[in-house]
Amino acid sequence: MADAPTAGSDEGTVDAFLQGGTSLRHAPGPYFGAYGGRWMPESLIAALDELEDTFEKAKADPGFIAQIADLNKNYSGRPSLLTEAKRFAEHAGGVRIFLKREDLNHTGSHKINNVLGQALLAKRMGKTRVIAETGAGQHGVASATAAALLGLECVVYMGAEDCRRQALNVARMELLGAKVIPVTNGSQTLKDAINEALRDWVANVGNTHYLLGTAAGAHPFPALVRYFHEVIGEEARAQILEQAGRLPDAVCACIGGGSNAIGIFHGFLDDPSVKIYGFEAGGDGVETGRHAATITLGRPGVLHGARSYLMQDDDGQTIESHSISAGLDYPGVGPEHSYLADIGRVSYEPITDSEAMEAFKLLCRTEGIIPAIESSHALAGAIKVGQRLAAEGGAAGASDKIVVVNLSGRGDKDVATAAEWFDLLDKNSAEAAIGKEGEQL
Amino acid sequence: MTTAQTTGKSATSKSAIAIDKARAEGRAALIGYLPAGYPSAEETIAAGIALARNGADLIEIGIPYSDPVMDGPVIQAATTEALAKGFSVRQVFDVVAGITSQTDAAVLVMTYWNPVVRMGVDEFSRRLAEAGGAGLITPDLIPDEAVEWMDASEKYGLDRVFLVAPSSTPERMRRTVDASRGFVYAVSIMGVTGARSSVSSAAQDVVAAAKAAGAERVCVGLGVSTAEQVAEIAAYADGVIVGSALVAAVRDGGVDAVAKLTKDLSTGLTRK
Repeated sequence: MADAPTAGSDEGTVDAFLQGGTSLRHAPGPYFGAYGGRWMPESLIAALDELEDTFEKAKADPGFIAQIADLNKNYSGRPSLLTEAKRFAEHAGGVRIFLKREDLNHTGSHKINNVLGQALLAKRMGKTRVIAETGAGQHGVASATAAALLGLECVVYMGAEDCRRQALNVARMELLGAKVIPVTNGSQTLKDAINEALRDWVANVGNTHYLLGTAAGAHPFPALVRYFHEVIGEEARAQILEQAGRLPDAVCACIGGGSNAIGIFHGFLDDPSVKIYGFEAGGDGVETGRHAATITLGRPGVLHGARSYLMQDDDGQTIESHSISAGLDYPGVGPEHSYLADIGRVSYEPITDSEAMEAFKLLCRTEGIIPAIESSHALAGAIKVGQRLAAEGGAAGASDKIVVVNLSGRGDKDVATAAEWFDLLDKNSAEAAIGKEGEQL
Repeated sequence: MTTAQTTGKSATSKSAIAIDKARAEGRAALIGYLPAGYPSAEETIAAGIALARNGADLIEIGIPYSDPVMDGPVIQAATTEALAKGFSVRQVFDVVAGITSQTDAAVLVMTYWNPVVRMGVDEFSRRLAEAGGAGLITPDLIPDEAVEWMDASEKYGLDRVFLVAPSSTPERMRRTVDASRGFVYAVSIMGVTGARSSVSSAAQDVVAAAKAAGAERVCVGLGVSTAEQVAEIAAYADGVIVGSALVAAVRDGGVDAVAKLTKDLSTGLTRK
């Protein structure tokens, strides 16, 4: 893997950007530096063009903007809170830590921002059916929710193995009126669910919109998904200025495909004093090969429509990723993150399953908040960042340092996994038997 | 943009020569697809030779790939098995050389783009040319992203077979035809590979649109599995591409079944 450009090494480039007055915000695509583009079958190009055109017109339409704002406020429950986590922060070098509470949104994560926006675009295009991929089921549940609200038919592709492990999320989607199709091809995971959704899209593109769940894929998806999540960063920036009176020293988020991260990062990309960190799933440890640390250890390649960092072997075959967190268990990453890594604006680091689960428990016990395991990667990263900031400033200066963490989702869905990890279940309980099978409670 | 198809370079295009030879005989060309390494590299070579000796003018060798978004169940199952048995991309050059050294068929490689990126576009092209290959069919590479491939294919004299679809706008049709070399691959329907009971009437419209955009040779693929369907397409296209049906033949009856099906399919080529 020696030929990969080292992520985050090119500090000079980003300085030039920020000092030269070139904004990193609102990057329109299709390219983010050497990344992005459209590596897609010709059959789908017309649909991507139609989506791009519809999106550009919607952005310029005050009626559309008002529709999104209304749904965000009166359906999702935005703005989400910014909560200072004082007891948690004692374990992070004594810096001040603020949590952006995307876990409080309707459906329990940031995912709702994107699905509402895309479902509205689908309606504008006259499409009557949406399809989506899902790993653990979060994006599937969010898509089914938006489809129910807006009266669209919804089909969700989900790896057969994931369907079995997340049986209750399958039931949630079906309660919401969606049809869940188990995918038995390839490795039967999220990437194969995306492949199957793309095959459906090619065959049904006339009446169907592919409601992609992350800021990846072919243009215009990376810029479009980011657009609907930019609200996270805009709110967080205004809230921290109001509550702390200044910008944070650092912003932290977890990265799978990278949609929650690009949403909060976007608010701070042009603030040179704010260091930005993305935390990838280190799984059992990056040295074990069982991880999903795409930027840390991947190499540029093309998958699912975009050029980006990618976990692949010497033949260019995609390698299966591993993480305790289903939402981060993807061997690719959004192209804008690859660009931000190369120019050094964002530092990407791996967090192991163990580190994430310790941070998960710590937030439960110190703040009374059960975080998603995905978001726990950002929390574990924030502990490291806080300790580093404290070391730089000395103990006295630590309390002046501020870190904002995107708490992208709540952990109710992860209780079974956590109970098993911490060995909390009575051996004779029904839950323990289910937990051994990896089921979602 | 200058079109390679119309500037005379087609004279050195192996695909164009094979299609033109069929045309001179008053028939359409038959193009057969086989996945490399299924069930083994040796058997792919034997099946490729059987294709050529029983009526195929061009042969398409597919590189098994982990994420084949344009393929239906039959080809997916075959390529997944080839990968599970340890197929490596460099073996495709042995397969191509094994067929080109024994037959006169033009041998193209069909590949998703990432394996080419991984090896390096220039290196891949050099090795394909050395193996006697005619060029590449690229299901997930559109001309918009093909700068490196345009350069490498010119350098090594390889054919660039891009796809056009029922959804392609006239502007995209022109762009794709202009960028192509050898022939243009017309996708018969909106969908993935796999045998279908009838070939969509959209196919004829796609061929007409590609011809109107300046294409000299247009071949039709997706869903073709019988001699009757071959005959239907041969009436308006320069070549007929058969994939999943041949893969099923390999699966169910090996090289002999490929020979038999090819012979049968070729009876549909002559225009009535």
